[in-house]
Amino acid sequence: MKRQGIAEALRDGIAEEMTRDERVFCIGEDIGVPGGWGGAFTVTLGLAEKFPGRIIDTPIAELGFTGMAVGAAMMGMRPIADMQYGDFLFLASDQLINNAAKMRYMSGGTVKVPLVMRAPIGATGRGSQHAQSMERYFTGVPGLKVVAVSTAYDAKGMLKAAVRDDNPVMIFEHKLLYGSKGARAEPGAVDATSDIPDGDYIVPLDRAAVRRPGSQVTVLGWLLMAHFAAAAAEQLAAEGISAEVIDVRSLSPIDYETIGESVRKTGRVVIVEEGPKTGGVSAEICAGIMERFGDYLQAPVIRVASADVPVPFTPILENAYRPDAARIAQACRDLIGR
Amino acid sequence: MNGASAANSPASPVPLDREFLLGLYGKMVLIREFEERVKFLFLEGTMPGTIHQCQGQEATATGVCAALRADDWITSTFRGHGHALAKGLTVQEMLDELFGATTGCCKGKGGSMHMGNMAKGMVPGIAIVAGGIPLAAGMALAFKMQRTTQVVACFFGDGAVAEGAFHEGVNMAAIWDLPVIFVCENNLYGASTRIDKVMKNPRVSARAAAYGFQGETVDGNDVLAVYAAAQRAAEACRNGQGPVLLELLTYRRTGHSRRDACHYQAKDEREAWFSRDPITRFATQLLARRDITQADLDAIKARIDTQIAQSVELAKQAPQPTLADLTTDVFA
Ligand SMILES: Cc1ncc(C[n+]2csc(CCOP(=O)(O)OP(=O)(O)O)c2C)c(N)n1
Ligand SMILES: [Mg+2]
Repeated sequence: MKRQGIAEALRDGIAEEMTRDERVFCIGEDIGVPGGWGGAFTVTLGLAEKFPGRIIDTPIAELGFTGMAVGAAMMGMRPIADMQYGDFLFLASDQLINNAAKMRYMSGGTVKVPLVMRAPIGATGRGSQHAQSMERYFTGVPGLKVVAVSTAYDAKGMLKAAVRDDNPVMIFEHKLLYGSKGARAEPGAVDATSDIPDGDYIVPLDRAAVRRPGSQVTVLGWLLMAHFAAAAAEQLAAEGISAEVIDVRSLSPIDYETIGESVRKTGRVVIVEEGPKTGGVSAEICAGIMERFGDYLQAPVIRVASADVPVPFTPILENAYRPDAARIAQACRDLIGR
Repeated sequence: MNGASAANSPASPVPLDREFLLGLYGKMVLIREFEERVKFLFLEGTMPGTIHQCQGQEATATGVCAALRADDWITSTFRGHGHALAKGLTVQEMLDELFGATTGCCKGKGGSMHMGNMAKGMVPGIAIVAGGIPLAAGMALAFKMQRTTQVVACFFGDGAVAEGAFHEGVNMAAIWDLPVIFVCENNLYGASTRIDKVMKNPRVSARAAAYGFQGETVDGNDVLAVYAAAQRAAEACRNGQGPVLLELLTYRRTGHSRRDACHYQAKDEREAWFSRDPITRFATQLLARRDITQADLDAIKARIDTQIAQSVELAKQAPQPTLADLTTDVFA
């Protein structure tokens, strides 16, 4: 057992999978350069020395290296592609959406694309083009599995499950969760460390996680928002309000079993999302809850999300853009007061 | 103007006007001092965000923009502070932007990576590598359709050459003879990756021939060489003989972004380039003239230092946005 942050846990998970299976390799920009960074967020630091020829540094060519990862996967390799910032997925999306996601179906079930694509997201003082919450653009694509990891335990376990899965899996990570200590920690970073067991383990790609049990309101979130939801629940507990916090975690498919169990119990739902409210994943979850458990709801679902604007640079506006614990707690109070 | 001989090709006549030369020198010193001050403010923790700086590359922005008219345009990148100052943005509007103030050139909404001012011919910086290349070609298409004689200088790095957007944008500019100067600032690295790892043919200017237009490699740390090449390129573009690709060889003296110690750069390579610093080299050239003295250069630096210091104080007090500003400016 050891305490690790998300970057370290992912690094170990990748190394263990590369040791276990020779077909696994990593591809992306600045991931294995000697004297470099091991990717923008140090996830692959040191792996190039350990696995010569299997940490592939590419030119700045997202469409190209993603297409190559898809092709290599089809020919029996197990690529883990690294998108330096999630925002650059727009460049790679043709290969992901038109090729990776559809190959299985178009081929009548004969092609396999065991691809993993990792991408960091989140508003972090970098302005509009290095900040977007990208998971929304991929959750509605049939043929892609989409997960979002908010703890080191999940990061390692889901990475391993993704590598072993025969389908394309997108793993979203949050820049403020890689690590809250050390030279490369981001301002505003949140502690997402976990106790990591010594042995091999996986976390399934289709299960949500109840982070805090409660009885009066269900709060759903993922990535940074799962942490902020937990902080809000803590504040509410001090006021005598019992909130159940669920880390949705698997965004496609969504685990309505776990969510449903909670909704039937509380009858009230707040969904929290970093990213514009219109067209977000929370809209899908809300509709899914209405269809399945609408009869159990005692009040309409509330969404706490960002304004429908690009991510602003200036800290005052960026902080207003990003939902926080205070806004989440207030939404819960409003909902219970109805 | 082909790639192989271009570095030594004779320069067009350069106006050796004293004021003009001192102006170029002042611009380069302004960029250097601005960047050094911004670096300090970041390390000190008073300035938010992240930064990509251009110390060591002052001659590229200065030389190119000196060859442009006020109604010409530039596009820029995440590393755009030098381009902005060279195109005439003020220290104040840029510092205000970096401090997130409403008086910044983009009202604090853009930040370091998206510096720009449409009134001064600079599109907000495009932080997606190569994202400015097709866009600049489109601006040039507009100039052609509007029958103006404007040109656009499109700044990008060596790293951008590998992107599909480079191929698509450059090819369309070529087939339609568009007035765009593609300015590749080749500083040998894209982030931590050296060009020899990602280009089989490291001569960027040679790519122009494959698309059927002119390309030239220039000493990007020689501001007069850059200026002369940019003048020729601008003239070709105005005469309907665009586009032109200029590969400017240079080196960044600082990290790729905020917390980069550059361990991937060889010490001897760094030292060799530091000894070719564009500002020191130009100062030596200037001091060889009888009508320019060290006192002239010192006075320029002193004036700039005072200007920047005053602007920093004002920027720290500049008005911050209110929550109502969050939802403005989304639509025209
Ligand atoms: C499409 C895209 N991919 C990756 C990045 C991350 N990134 C930012 S700058 C950079 C290196 C760019 O190198 P170059 O074009 O040579 O410009 P320089 O930094 O040397 O000025 C990278 C990889 C990005 N901003 N956009
Ligand atoms: Mg470069």
